[in-house]
Amino acid sequence: MTLDKNARLGLLLATPTTLYVLLLIAAPVGMTIAYSFWTQEFVDVTRDFTWANYREVFTDPLYRTLIFRSVRIAAMVTLLTVLLAYPVAYHIALNVKKNKAMWLFLVTIPFWTSYLLRVFSWKLILAQNGVVNSALLWLGVIDTPIDTLLYNSEAVVVTLAHAWAPFAILPIFVSLEKIDRSYLEAAKDLGEGPVRSFLRVTLPLSIPGIIGASMIIFIPTVGDYVTPALVGGSDGAMVANMIQVQFGKANNWPLGAALALSAVVCVTGAACLLVLCLKLIERSLK
Amino acid sequence: MDQQIAVNIANVSKSFGSFQAVRNVKLQLKEGEFFSLLGPSGCGKSTLLRMIAGFEEPSEGTISIGGLPMAGIDANHRPTNMVFQSYAIFPHLNVEENIIFGLARSGLSRSEKRARAEDMLAKVGLEGLGRRGAHELSGGQRQRVALARALVLEPKVLLLDEPMSALDKKLREQMQMELRALQRSVGITFLMVTHDQNEAMTISDRCGVMFEGRLAQVATPHELYQKPNTKQVADFIGGMNFFDASIKANGGEKLEVELPRFGQLSMDAHGVSDGVGAAVTIGLRPERVHVGSNRPEGADVAVPARVIDRAFYGETIHYYLELEGRADPLVASVTNFERADHFEIGDSVWSGFRGGAAVALPPK
Repeated sequence: MTLDKNARLGLLLATPTTLYVLLLIAAPVGMTIAYSFWTQEFVDVTRDFTWANYREVFTDPLYRTLIFRSVRIAAMVTLLTVLLAYPVAYHIALNVKKNKAMWLFLVTIPFWTSYLLRVFSWKLILAQNGVVNSALLWLGVIDTPIDTLLYNSEAVVVTLAHAWAPFAILPIFVSLEKIDRSYLEAAKDLGEGPVRSFLRVTLPLSIPGIIGASMIIFIPTVGDYVTPALVGGSDGAMVANMIQVQFGKANNWPLGAALALSAVVCVTGAACLLVLCLKLIERSLK
Repeated sequence: MDQQIAVNIANVSKSFGSFQAVRNVKLQLKEGEFFSLLGPSGCGKSTLLRMIAGFEEPSEGTISIGGLPMAGIDANHRPTNMVFQSYAIFPHLNVEENIIFGLARSGLSRSEKRARAEDMLAKVGLEGLGRRGAHELSGGQRQRVALARALVLEPKVLLLDEPMSALDKKLREQMQMELRALQRSVGITFLMVTHDQNEAMTISDRCGVMFEGRLAQVATPHELYQKPNTKQVADFIGGMNFFDASIKANGGEKLEVELPRFGQLSMDAHGVSDGVGAAVTIGLRPERVHVGSNRPEGADVAVPARVIDRAFYGETIHYYLELEGRADPLVASVTNFERADHFEIGDSVWSGFRGGAAVALPPK
């Protein structure tokens, strides 16, 4: 087989990435799939094909609850983050005239500290003797500290929404930035005020950015385990925490693998549903 | 009968910081006319258009549309609609949805709106394309959709911002004629901004020429071409040969001038009020220059010349003539008649013209 110069160059350029993907993504996924059909016998794993792991995942209410809760928390995080990020992105894209780069730079500042530290700082903010309670006590709004701020799913939502904000701001910013200003002037010229111009032109044209932001947040959030482990308590535990337990303390790799793959399928389904919803919103805005 | 005034621009100025984009412009647009604002880029014509549309507020002066002062009225409440330079066809809507965009709060039913859209589509020659997506349209189609979208709202004035600049030459010429026909059929006042003098001259009833924020001249295309007010206007509209001359006699109506080399010439004073001895610029259109092997008959003045360059345009041929004692070549445009004389580079010829063909230009 002979290849022309371009094809050879293309192959050369694609090879490292292909090897990387095969070694670090395809192989582990393949192993996970294999494990999910193997049998756990006490502390050993035997390579006997079984559906038992999946049966357990879908019949045990604990796992079902965890998967649904993960999807629900991720959906709430996505919604909250997009709602909070949109005005920031809108401001930078349409109101800021100069120094846009500086504004975008400021948006990335939270990344200067590690993810773990940011989660820990939310612990300090929401704790019984934390910033929120101290402030409310000092203001006299409450007499005794509120002890329900931390260790629940709401704390997980708040923490993750903060952590993911820049990931939502950037794609929405890009989609808003791309909108030709003459569309907004045309909407105004055709008789629409600012609110209806936004609803009829700006918002529908920024839907691709919203979809991008939602996917970037939703998919990794479903599988997050650091935040629920630190601020979620038992009420805020998510499916990833259980997968970790199966691969760790419980030492049941086949069940952990089945749980992980079931979560992937659920996430894919939920993500498709999310995109479909956004597309329907886009259509209804016409 | 006097025509109604559609737009009255009274002493309007606009500054952006220390930059004066529009300086004290006075202009009245008549009901149902096709008016073009013409000028080089940066002359303030687009700013003036945007002030009429309501995207900018004048720093000084007032704009009235249909007798109503527009100060403080936002673009979305003005009886104007605009065809944008980029056309600004909403990419997420199809042709029909684009056209009925502005009818959202008209109180019309869905079917009535669609009927209006159909009607407009027929007017702009896009029958049956209502379902087309915005991205499936050619440049000419986009312009038609932009026109339909603006005209469906029946504005008092339609504003067009360089509407032809995105089209290629052939299509541009076709669209110019269509635009003219469309304007006549709807009877709405059109105000077009363009930097293309040919475009402005071909389709307008009247043109206004702007330089550096000032309106230099407002006239019909014919008048603008034949009797430009200033050297700047004369230079901008078509080609023009200039001569530095001095006034020998000024009778108010008639002017006697002395042209170097050519000698004495009588012409219309055209507002030049300077007395004897004053310097005056004389303009002469290339097509008014006679070129011949012998001294041209009927020319009031004529001198020998030499062809130093030639440009062939098809229907006309331009000769660049070298005259003794003149730095710039004299440009002569000769119609490519069946029996026209043709000259080669280096040929010795005669060049001449009539006094009535030249125009005296006031020194600004």
